[in-house]
Amino acid sequence: MAELQLSVPLGPPRRARPWIKNLFGTPGNALITMFCVLALVLLAKIAIGWLLIDAVFTGTPADCKVGSGACWPFLGAKLRYMIFGFYPYEEQWRPLAALLLFLGAALVSMVPRLWSRGLLLVWLIVLIPALYILMAGGVLGLSAVPSSKWGGLPLSFMLSFIGLAAAMPLGIALALARQSDLPAIRVLAISFIEIVRGVPLISLLFLATVMLPLFMPEGVTIDKLLRAQVAIILFAAAYIAEIVRGGLQAVPKGQIEAGNALGLHYWLIMRKIVLPQALKKVIPPLVSLFIGFFQDTTLVTIIGLLDFLDTVRSALRDPDWQGIAVLEGYLFAAFVYFTFSALMGAYSRFLERYYRTTHD
Amino acid sequence: MTLFYDKRFRAYFYQFCAVGIVLIAGWLMFVTVSDNLAKQNIATGFGYLDRQAGFIISETTIPYQETDTIGHALLVGIANTVKVSLLAAILGTIIGLLVGIGRMSRNPLLQRLMLAYVEALRNVPLLLYLFLWYAILLVALPPVKEALELAPHVYLSNSGLVLPSFTFEKGAVFLRWAVILGIIAAFFIRRTALRRRIETGQPNHGGLAALLALVGPALALVIMGGVAITWEIPEAGRFRITGGLHIRPEFVALLVGLSLSVSASVAEIVRAGIQAINKGQWEAAAALGLQRSRVMRLVILPQALRLMVPPLTNIYLTVFKNSSLAIAIGYPDLVMVSNTVMNQTGQAIETIAIFMAVYLGLSVAISLFMNWYNGRVALKER
Repeated sequence: MAELQLSVPLGPPRRARPWIKNLFGTPGNALITMFCVLALVLLAKIAIGWLLIDAVFTGTPADCKVGSGACWPFLGAKLRYMIFGFYPYEEQWRPLAALLLFLGAALVSMVPRLWSRGLLLVWLIVLIPALYILMAGGVLGLSAVPSSKWGGLPLSFMLSFIGLAAAMPLGIALALARQSDLPAIRVLAISFIEIVRGVPLISLLFLATVMLPLFMPEGVTIDKLLRAQVAIILFAAAYIAEIVRGGLQAVPKGQIEAGNALGLHYWLIMRKIVLPQALKKVIPPLVSLFIGFFQDTTLVTIIGLLDFLDTVRSALRDPDWQGIAVLEGYLFAAFVYFTFSALMGAYSRFLERYYRTTHD
Repeated sequence: MTLFYDKRFRAYFYQFCAVGIVLIAGWLMFVTVSDNLAKQNIATGFGYLDRQAGFIISETTIPYQETDTIGHALLVGIANTVKVSLLAAILGTIIGLLVGIGRMSRNPLLQRLMLAYVEALRNVPLLLYLFLWYAILLVALPPVKEALELAPHVYLSNSGLVLPSFTFEKGAVFLRWAVILGIIAAFFIRRTALRRRIETGQPNHGGLAALLALVGPALALVIMGGVAITWEIPEAGRFRITGGLHIRPEFVALLVGLSLSVSASVAEIVRAGIQAINKGQWEAAAALGLQRSRVMRLVILPQALRLMVPPLTNIYLTVFKNSSLAIAIGYPDLVMVSNTVMNQTGQAIETIAIFMAVYLGLSVAISLFMNWYNGRVALKER
């Protein structure tokens, strides 16, 4: 029987084709290729012309007004403002340190091999308090900076990261409640999840800024940043709940039954048996969700918080530069968002591969 | 205490506690809110909807004047929201379908180009794109004083595109019915032709007859002089252009931004849908001698479309909710009109409740419609 087996498995025919044939194989294909090349050349010509050839590299706003290309001095002059917002100028090493510490720690935490309870504790006990002290000050000889002065990139990261981290336990609880056998709890969870998912984020942000003060007893005020953060947490929790529910449903029912047969309590079954399996399955979609939330935090500009997009926009409106560097500002912001989102996207794809090869 | 070891009792106890906590929290909130409102002298209730609005809405899909009620102004906002999200969904789906097919092309250059398109759109926030498109429109187009006259009485400036518009003098009702009848007739001709084709194998698919039925009645009505229209010609004044149909840059920027973001998501779904189709389908179709493009159109896409319906539902829900970003560039959608109403009347709670209810209601409606459609096109297991 051995001679009947194929030595080479039959692949799809496209693999066998050389790339030149794929580019020019048929008249139609050749036409498409020509068109693509034309589009690319045109795009490259515009980009290089604008970014380099016609660009103004040094000088004042007046020079930029005359030139037709990109205005690099704008970036130089406004970079610190765009990244740190109204944070006191002499103290800006603090948000920079916080940003670097956060990014470095996040980078280390992205290695699946290092995931452990210890890492979580380091984040909770060391990193988050350290980041907060760096930003807020008031102790250790650091001058206090009120949260109304925080802005720019650190704020964007803070809103999305804390939003998702704090929403995680809430989202898991909601997912469990939605799967619960107790009808009243299930109905409460479903109503919360579906209401939040049925309305736009901006309406929750409005709700938080306009209505939260009305809900508070007299004399109690919450600052604007915290209100937006609460809205983002609630919003994220509903979406996390749906993702986690997908993971919960993917865990075979036999696992719960086996736990029951061992006489384990509901919470013990969930904590020790079901959730570890379910959460592992949903890590890649959760990372994708994080990309979405990182982008969605831009919505806080609408309610007047100084996130990164907002500091870029107010840099554009600076009287010295008004109307000169509009495109430059937005493209710089787009570049920053693109870099972080694309990196996270690559990480999400890496995780998917990692789980495909190391599990099941 | 032994009662607590009873599983049934414990279930009731937990549920009672959960509902109780929610109710108490709700009641406490209600009390503090009414207390706070009473102190600020804001009346509660929806009576304010009947008051005169008194503000201008720059773009109206349904007729509106400053003297209309606030309730009517909110309706205008809803109509604007629906208009822009509907158009964006349609445009975005068409672009996304093409891009998704391009992503699956055997031409490596086209494939990479489409990948770059999708990545560029998905990795940058929609809000940033809206600001960018809006800024580009405002910077690139000349001010109203120097408006470009593209064709006679068609003006393009940074306040938008102004076209001659027309209104029906007579025959509007007849024309509408002629068009509706034409659509119904064309639909039935196509269906009968398709059935005949399946039964007999004759190649006629009724396209020509259907086209005739579609435009015939309306055309006949126009030729016989049953319809009269009056044109409204825009005139360029010193500071603004009056009359005609006005397409504003806010609307264009929002429509472009939403459509492109929809198209990127649709492209990814189309790709996933096509990839999910069994390779055997490609091979079987190729063995029958079909060209690659026809295999895609006649064999793969019809099967893939079916798989795409549930994820498409999510995209349409998202674009509908994302249309609320309109407020950032000043397109008067529901949220922006509500915001104006809130600032004018101080009735924040009622207004937010209204627009959340509208979003929720329309989201549910979209879900129900798409579920119905999904049920129709889903593979019937026999």
